[in-house]
Amino acid sequence: MKRLLKVIPMLLLMIVATGINAQQRVSVSGTVVDAKNLPLIGVAVVEKGTRNGVETNLDGKYSISVSSSNSILVFSYLGFITKEVSLKDASVVVLNEDTQLLSEVVVIGYGQVRKKDATGAITVIKPEQLNRGAVTSPQELLVGKVAGVQITPGDGAPGSGPTIRIRGGASLKASNDPLLVIDGIPLANDAAPGMRNALASINPNDIESFTILKDASSTAIYGSRGSNGVIIINTKKGSKNFKLDYSSTYSVNQNIKTLNALSASEFKAKLEEAYPAGSTVANAIAALMGTYDTDWQKEIYQLGLSTDQNINLSGTVAKVLPYRISLGLNKQNGTLKTSSFDRYTASLTLTPAFLKDHLKVNGNLKFVNNNNQFADGGAVGAAVFFDPTKPMYNYNQDGTINTKLFNGYYNWGTIQNPNTLSGTNPLSLLHDKYDKSTTNRVIGVLELDYVVHNFQDLRAHLNVGFDAALGRGKNGVMWNSFQSIKDADFKSFGRSTTWRNLRRNQVLDFYLNYVKEIDAIKSKIDVMGGYSWQKVFKQDYSKEASNHLYNPVVKKETTFPTESALLSFFGRLNYTLMDRYLLTLTFRNDGSSRFAKENRWGMFPSAALAWQMNKESFLKDSKVVSDLKLKLGYGVTGQQELLLNDYPYIPLYNMSTVNSNYLFGSTFYSLLKPTGYDPNLKWEETTTYNIGLDFGFFSNRITGSVDVYKKETKDLLNEIDIAAGTNFANRIVTNIGSLKNDGIEFNINAIAIENKEMSWEIGFNATWNQTEITKLTASNNPNYLGVEAGDNLSSGTGGTIQRHVVGYKPNTFFVYQQVYDVNGNPIQNLVVDRNKDGQITEADRYLSEYSPTPKYYLGLNSMFKYKKFDLGFNMRANIGNYIFNDFAAANSSAANFTNQGFLTNMVDVVYKTGFIKTNAPQQLKSDYFVEDASFVKMDNLTLGYNFSKVLLDRLSGRLSFSVQNVFTITKYSGMDPEVFNGIDKNIWPRPRIYTLGLTLNF
Amino acid sequence: MLDNMKNTKILITIAVASLSLTSCFKDLDLKPLDENTYTVDRAYSTEISYTQGLAKIYSVMAISGQDGAGSTDITGIDPGNSQFLRSLWNLQVVTTDECKNAWSGDSWVPELNNNTWSTIKNESIDGVYYRAMFIVALTNEYLKQTTDDKLNSRGHSALIPTVTKYRLEARFMRALAYSVLIDTYGNPPFITENDPIGSYMPSQIGRAKLFEYVEKELLDIESKLVAPRANEWGRADQGAAWTLLARLYLNAKVYTGTARYTDCITYCKKVIAGGYSLAPNYAHLFMADNNTSAAKNEIIFPIVFDGNKIPTWGGMTYLVASSRAGAEKSSVNNGTQQAWDGNRSTEKLVDKFTYTDPNADYPVSSDKRAIFYGKGRTKTIENPLSTFTKQGWSVFKFTNVTSTGGKGAHNDFPDTDFPFFRLADVYLMLAEAVVKGGTGATMADAIGYVNQLRGRAYGNATGNISSLDENFILDERSRELYWEGTRRSDLIRFGKYTGGTYLWPFKGGQPQGVAIDARYNLFPIPVSDMISNPNLVQNDGYTN
Repeated sequence: MKRLLKVIPMLLLMIVATGINAQQRVSVSGTVVDAKNLPLIGVAVVEKGTRNGVETNLDGKYSISVSSSNSILVFSYLGFITKEVSLKDASVVVLNEDTQLLSEVVVIGYGQVRKKDATGAITVIKPEQLNRGAVTSPQELLVGKVAGVQITPGDGAPGSGPTIRIRGGASLKASNDPLLVIDGIPLANDAAPGMRNALASINPNDIESFTILKDASSTAIYGSRGSNGVIIINTKKGSKNFKLDYSSTYSVNQNIKTLNALSASEFKAKLEEAYPAGSTVANAIAALMGTYDTDWQKEIYQLGLSTDQNINLSGTVAKVLPYRISLGLNKQNGTLKTSSFDRYTASLTLTPAFLKDHLKVNGNLKFVNNNNQFADGGAVGAAVFFDPTKPMYNYNQDGTINTKLFNGYYNWGTIQNPNTLSGTNPLSLLHDKYDKSTTNRVIGVLELDYVVHNFQDLRAHLNVGFDAALGRGKNGVMWNSFQSIKDADFKSFGRSTTWRNLRRNQVLDFYLNYVKEIDAIKSKIDVMGGYSWQKVFKQDYSKEASNHLYNPVVKKETTFPTESALLSFFGRLNYTLMDRYLLTLTFRNDGSSRFAKENRWGMFPSAALAWQMNKESFLKDSKVVSDLKLKLGYGVTGQQELLLNDYPYIPLYNMSTVNSNYLFGSTFYSLLKPTGYDPNLKWEETTTYNIGLDFGFFSNRITGSVDVYKKETKDLLNEIDIAAGTNFANRIVTNIGSLKNDGIEFNINAIAIENKEMSWEIGFNATWNQTEITKLTASNNPNYLGVEAGDNLSSGTGGTIQRHVVGYKPNTFFVYQQVYDVNGNPIQNLVVDRNKDGQITEADRYLSEYSPTPKYYLGLNSMFKYKKFDLGFNMRANIGNYIFNDFAAANSSAANFTNQGFLTNMVDVVYKTGFIKTNAPQQLKSDYFVEDASFVKMDNLTLGYNFSKVLLDRLSGRLSFSVQNVFTITKYSGMDPEVFNGIDKNIWPRPRIYTLGLTLNF
Repeated sequence: MLDNMKNTKILITIAVASLSLTSCFKDLDLKPLDENTYTVDRAYSTEISYTQGLAKIYSVMAISGQDGAGSTDITGIDPGNSQFLRSLWNLQVVTTDECKNAWSGDSWVPELNNNTWSTIKNESIDGVYYRAMFIVALTNEYLKQTTDDKLNSRGHSALIPTVTKYRLEARFMRALAYSVLIDTYGNPPFITENDPIGSYMPSQIGRAKLFEYVEKELLDIESKLVAPRANEWGRADQGAAWTLLARLYLNAKVYTGTARYTDCITYCKKVIAGGYSLAPNYAHLFMADNNTSAAKNEIIFPIVFDGNKIPTWGGMTYLVASSRAGAEKSSVNNGTQQAWDGNRSTEKLVDKFTYTDPNADYPVSSDKRAIFYGKGRTKTIENPLSTFTKQGWSVFKFTNVTSTGGKGAHNDFPDTDFPFFRLADVYLMLAEAVVKGGTGATMADAIGYVNQLRGRAYGNATGNISSLDENFILDERSRELYWEGTRRSDLIRFGKYTGGTYLWPFKGGQPQGVAIDARYNLFPIPVSDMISNPNLVQNDGYTN
């Protein structure tokens, strides 16, 4: 294989070298311009029926010698209509933009294709400036815009990242995140240490386009990483004419949701109801009760102010060096006190061309510096439950704050005896803790695209890229804080952790692309073949030490380096017959360092057919149908993001940390432990079938598409229990089981109104997706209640409430069945004895039909323009998604007093349930708390005013005002119906953001 | 032609550049970079690694994982709650007349409190099973990696005498793990160092056959181990092997159907001749310095804990913290800042003693082994859950305070070692074997040993006895060994655990106690293992 690799380019070279022949020739020269009479650079000028061709230079001029004066010249240029011209008309050639398709060149893996030639389920989103508010993460630009793509925004923390699922998850245990490719670099899964989100270090203003590859016929070119879809992000490049753009936004982030915690008096009343006066417990409660009435939730939130400033310069130096320089600054203060995020970005793009445009270079360097101050999100829950009868601060008798006791913040217990089981004052969670990080990241790409001299149909493409990020941070508690007083090792000093994480991702791709139109058989072939090499190195360092100023005691210090590599060969054939029958075949052969030699290589093929029906005679002249394409696709993709270590197939040992030893005599020994492994681990494999129809009506005033798909994953990476005593772990991740996704996607965009003064565009998309587990274990036991899944519940020593079970959706809720009284109120601690054995045990739990995955999700976008004003909004709905309201379950009873020396507040759930007894374990897992969390949200509403030709006619721009998180309609009783994993615990509420924006273009 | 040359050059440059940057297939053979992650041969490349490998096997009884109290070797269960000693203690003590737990949020609690567990996952049942089987797996691997051949090939021939001793201790630990499994699950899967690792479905050989195997192993190693009290603290010696044999023989009728009381007496006598002596003060056996005070002379085999170096949320931390109330921490110092409102005694245990002042905060008995706290509490538990500070006396036997009144080194995790085997237990085993018809010791010997314990408890001879019967032995075991993790086995051996001949509060889930089915003499094999290993047969009475 290695030898073959060297041979391919040599062979191609030989083909090139033999194709030339000198003859008696006719010279012709001319200029190629566009409709505005501007010269077009790089237009291919080819003598028809030969391989003889040149390109136009920077002035749009060309010169070619052809074999006879009767020769025809073919002028082709991407995005323009190809023109055939006889020599007499060749001095000035005007090419017209292919208006219908101008902006519809689609970036696909390792190449690009005209949208009309695309055969897969691909969506392109160009982030237009008009309809958006303060956007920090690039992913937010996609929310609700694309059928088949579900994006759950992160929580309210600044810089938090959304979760993206394309056509449902294909995995249970392995990652379900789509592959992100920025300017040709596939990102490592956790690309940026110290960031809440892999893309938060990319400035959204630098993004030219997103291409979302959804079906396997388009993602199979990414082989083992294509199962969960691919998002290709290309950044902006230089322009022909000098441009200076400035944009700035100022935002106010406002917390709009608090939970209805009880006031001091309500709290007292409720406790009195639960514990009769005079009882031992009531007396204990009375002794703990304070005299204040503190609204803790009011104290932790702030109005967060944010700004985003961007300046971009682009143009072309001396007509040969197109450039773009962008500088960005984003500063945010979160709605939780002490939280902040700031980001400085710089990007330089140079796209020169050499050798008469035969060698095109794209050099791009992005730098980001990101600083986070993380606030403890636990303060949100702490503020709900901290005793409202207590003051915020410890006061001296003279009314001043006693800073000697817990740094002044009221907390349970004394310095000698702090209460280790109670909650912590939310203000000390925010102010007595620090958690900072700084990340520097550099992404560099050098792309060389060479059109082979005298063999214009062949292109060689080399892409070398790297992505290196270094994050550092420190977190810990303040001296004398409540947390430090509780520190069993370093009382009153507390401890802190310093960390430094490095990520290095190197990529090299090389491919050859051959494009040929063969008029004789009305065919066009486009063949690409190449290989790719990628290596990811990670190193995490952390040191946990006491906060002593001198000679801090190191509790733990670890350095953990690890690496993985991927080697791939890939190829693609696009064949077009009569400009209307399209065939795409792709393959990729991937080798991953994460698997043993025998399982290392995986082959991922795909095939797709498309039929451009509108070009057939029966539709050609239709006034209604302007575009109609039927697509069929099939492909196999894989998954290797195991979310395990990088060497899961090798039997390994590890050494315990200083925190786990054993004593022999008087010597403590570290512990040497063999770790669990699976030597037979291999790829997950997903097979996808897709049928799609793209349509356009009335000269494409209405466009859209429908796609029906089926995805089947086998050799599912699944964490299963293994026979006890046979390995060094009780569970290992191994290839067992399968699941399927069925779905329908629909989207439609319409220009409802279009005239000189007014226009109105609406876009709507809808997705139905259903995931079902079809196999989980080697032997099928009908009584097997599946794999425990999801987060632990917050009450007791946890336990989960979700299961993966054959025949059900992943993460189906596994609950007890609540019993209700005649009025429909739940009867506390009474659940149905489903197996009728006379007692309530775990065996009485059942699989509900509910899971957190929505059945349908919908998006609606609108943009209305009137003269210089525009008004736009984005809306989104999820239907059929359920949440286990763990927050309500854990706090559903007014009998929450544990007699451990502290009080815990309640929320209004206790009024709803009426529970005043201690909850039995089964009450905490009752289906009463499984709630329908369907919702409709308006994510964004924007009003803009556009101006142009002011200040010497040079300046244009836009002034806008937008609101994000405008409203939510839902029946869900908790804080927010959008909880990705379906277990609603303690979430930092997503704020409402008001943004004023100004853009100026010179 | 010039163009051709140029073509050639450019393409070759690109091709060569790209190939040289990618060293190709070798890149896929990556080995771990982390210096704490080893391939097998690297793991055993240093001398100390053989001790560290053995230490891991012992440590499974004390801690839950490789990185402090929050880490776990067994996934899917809470690290602290599934810790070996804590889970075993729950099965052996919470399911009996000695204790009821007050935690309402944990689903394992009512199932063990009320003897109503089923094949549905229970963290304590899973904890003992998977951690005992983990000891088996670790031992098998250790035996494979430490053969003389392997040592020679790694250039460690000089270590062979030391490692030979280590291998005997590893086999002792495996025998201990199997004996726990025989007692709790009866018939676990049987795996030895001769079986492969991974992708293998072991079978069961039956409770009696497994008993035979464990007996054979122990008989093979007992004479080769280090002499009693001659090994380092924390490591097994002949005394530990003899005590384990005595315990197996005492329970042999339950495990195999054949009584072995004479063999029990033989091995008890070996232990008694081994140089151990009773601690002068009973309470010191359960204190933070029990590895250095005179109490250590009574302890035959400890599970070692250390607040700083051997921390866990299970083990001794659980025993100390769960038996104290959070609200009372300041008044009742246990040597840690942890107090969890969990375990307290039933009146059945409390009533094994008589009191001169039952209403004192610390009820007073002339038998100094009664270490209870009753302030504000009723003796009777009407509802076990969430009534810790109201119903049932607390047991303050285990503490992180030293015999001289000091505190353990750490504020969360005790230094107190757990006396897994101690001399007093051997005395009582001998006495029981004599009463049940074993030969090799006389009734007078038996009474003498029991009176040694009672003499210590009373501080004089007023508590001494002159005759012995089975019921007295069972009660005396409770008085001497309560909360030390043998109660369930004891009740089963006397036929009082299941059925209705002996009732205690919440046996079968009823406040007064009711008869329970005989299937509860064994715990079910966890359903997760039944699913993953189709070769296994579930215990009688449990359905999957």
